[in-house]
Amino acid sequence: MLVEEIMNRDVITLAPTDTIEKALHILQLNRIRHIPIVEKNKDVIGIISDRDIRDASPSIFKNNTVAEELKNELHTIMSSPVVTVHPLDFVEEIARIFYDEEFACLPVVRKDNRLVGIVTEKDMLQTLIQLTGTNVPSSHIEVRVPHRPGILPEITSIFGKRKVNIVSVLVYPYKDDPAYKILVFRIQTMNPLPIIQDLRDAGYDLMWPNNIPGPKR
Amino acid sequence: MKCSAAFVFSENTLNYHFNKDHPFNQKRVLLTKELLEATGQLSAEAVLAPRIATEDELALFHDVAYIQAIKKASKSQLTDSEATQFGLGTEDTPIFPNMHEAASYVVGGTLTAVDAVMEEQTMHALHLGGGLHHGFKRKAAGFCIYNDGAVAIKYLREKYDLKVLYVDTDAHHGDGVQWAFYDDPNVCTLSIHETGRYLFPGTGNVNERGLKQGHGYTFNLPLDAFTEDDSFISVYDSAIKEVADFFKPDIIITQNGADAHCYDPLTHLCSTMRSFEYIPKIAHEIAHEYCGGKWIALGGGGYDIWRVVPRAWGQLWNIMHDGHVLTGKIPPTWLKQWEKEAPTPLPAYWQDEKEIVSIPRRAEITEKNEKLLQSMLKYTKKIM
Repeated sequence: MLVEEIMNRDVITLAPTDTIEKALHILQLNRIRHIPIVEKNKDVIGIISDRDIRDASPSIFKNNTVAEELKNELHTIMSSPVVTVHPLDFVEEIARIFYDEEFACLPVVRKDNRLVGIVTEKDMLQTLIQLTGTNVPSSHIEVRVPHRPGILPEITSIFGKRKVNIVSVLVYPYKDDPAYKILVFRIQTMNPLPIIQDLRDAGYDLMWPNNIPGPKR
Repeated sequence: MKCSAAFVFSENTLNYHFNKDHPFNQKRVLLTKELLEATGQLSAEAVLAPRIATEDELALFHDVAYIQAIKKASKSQLTDSEATQFGLGTEDTPIFPNMHEAASYVVGGTLTAVDAVMEEQTMHALHLGGGLHHGFKRKAAGFCIYNDGAVAIKYLREKYDLKVLYVDTDAHHGDGVQWAFYDDPNVCTLSIHETGRYLFPGTGNVNERGLKQGHGYTFNLPLDAFTEDDSFISVYDSAIKEVADFFKPDIIITQNGADAHCYDPLTHLCSTMRSFEYIPKIAHEIAHEYCGGKWIALGGGGYDIWRVVPRAWGQLWNIMHDGHVLTGKIPPTWLKQWEKEAPTPLPAYWQDEKEIVSIPRRAEITEKNEKLLQSMLKYTKKIM
């Protein structure tokens, strides 16, 4: 999956000469937490977060409404240089950047740092939800399988025979045992019983709550 | 309380039939009706024949393009790709001849129940053929084609401008109805179901609370797998009472799916008949306390059609009919009539044995459900 598929193209930006007051207003009005700072051709030269703004604002306990601090220009507080990504980067690559750098947002740029979009932590989580398939009406089945080549098509052929569509497939480790993997399927049916029975008949180990025919009888 | 109740039924209800291997089998409605007749609880005067829903009525909730597609499917004129687009031709909702008419009768039955209550022919009305809560605006899903509950609520909103409380105790999340009224503050939906972690459709998390003006009017209680009677009854009791007190409905519609029973093959909940007696008992009280008795009950899921559904739905009617559940033996005439056809021995009594199953994780499950209940009810006291 590419960054351009998940990025938000509608980015609110400010100029380095805009005031902190203006930024504060825009953050509150749009309920956003980051504003890229751009020059004329939309090239990104910095970024500010709601935390930068808060640090630069007077305390809420002071009630002078037109605080001098808020008149400062944004280039005095913006973070620069900015870590940016390209629209053709992979989502899993930029997930690494989010994790390692502890950022909450990444501007997406093309040639000459020209801004074309923005990706936030929230977009990343939305992508994760899509990968797990829980956003589509479906049933969940987990199977423990030996970790060997060819096992996935063996299992999926059972789904295919029953003409049931698979919404998502995840593979993850089985505890600390390298000899096994857990396959997690979300399948588009309200009645997974025939498939569960087929999997049982074929000798696969189903995981909870389908690993036992009882206590339901 | 002096009550009156109508039982919406005709043989047309039974035409909603996908194929012989499909778990959704409306024979259970017939089994229930005959059980009630055998006990003398259901007289011919109480039975109301359903009308068929018009296309305009279906369009109160469904897209016209979807209705046209179902009509084409009905006559086998729908292409495969069109079918896929509308969720048809799958294992869950296969195409069958005259499906448009059959599904329109389902909706019509529920509208008949609504009319009977609104025109004051009766206080309560039951339509066991309805409750098809997975139907979407333009997509069939989870055994459901047209969503009779959603159409009926739209109908109540447009024609009578009532505040509707929809309570769904099917083991599956009532997603179709929830999304239909997600931003509507005049329709409050409460769904108590098995967690979507394993079970279809996967939604129904406690944090799904509605959108825009409708925020705070959607309630979801996703119970842990293997939840039993005590925990189910305790959270249901608090949930429905607090939500009703918060919302103060003009009319209540319940979806009484009977698939949370431990015999049900499709789900992992573990209740017994005790829960299915309690569910209508409290719904009945709520209907009288807030709605002047206006209560429409619908069917829904229920896939052990021999041992569970006739008794569960039978008790639902018993409550609607005279406020009391039956105890003791199931009439021998009914048993004799069906025992040859049933694949398992039929239950001899209205109540289940005290404990059908014993769940080792009971304490944890109860604790978790209680926590979810608290989280769900977080906003019932603040808004207003």
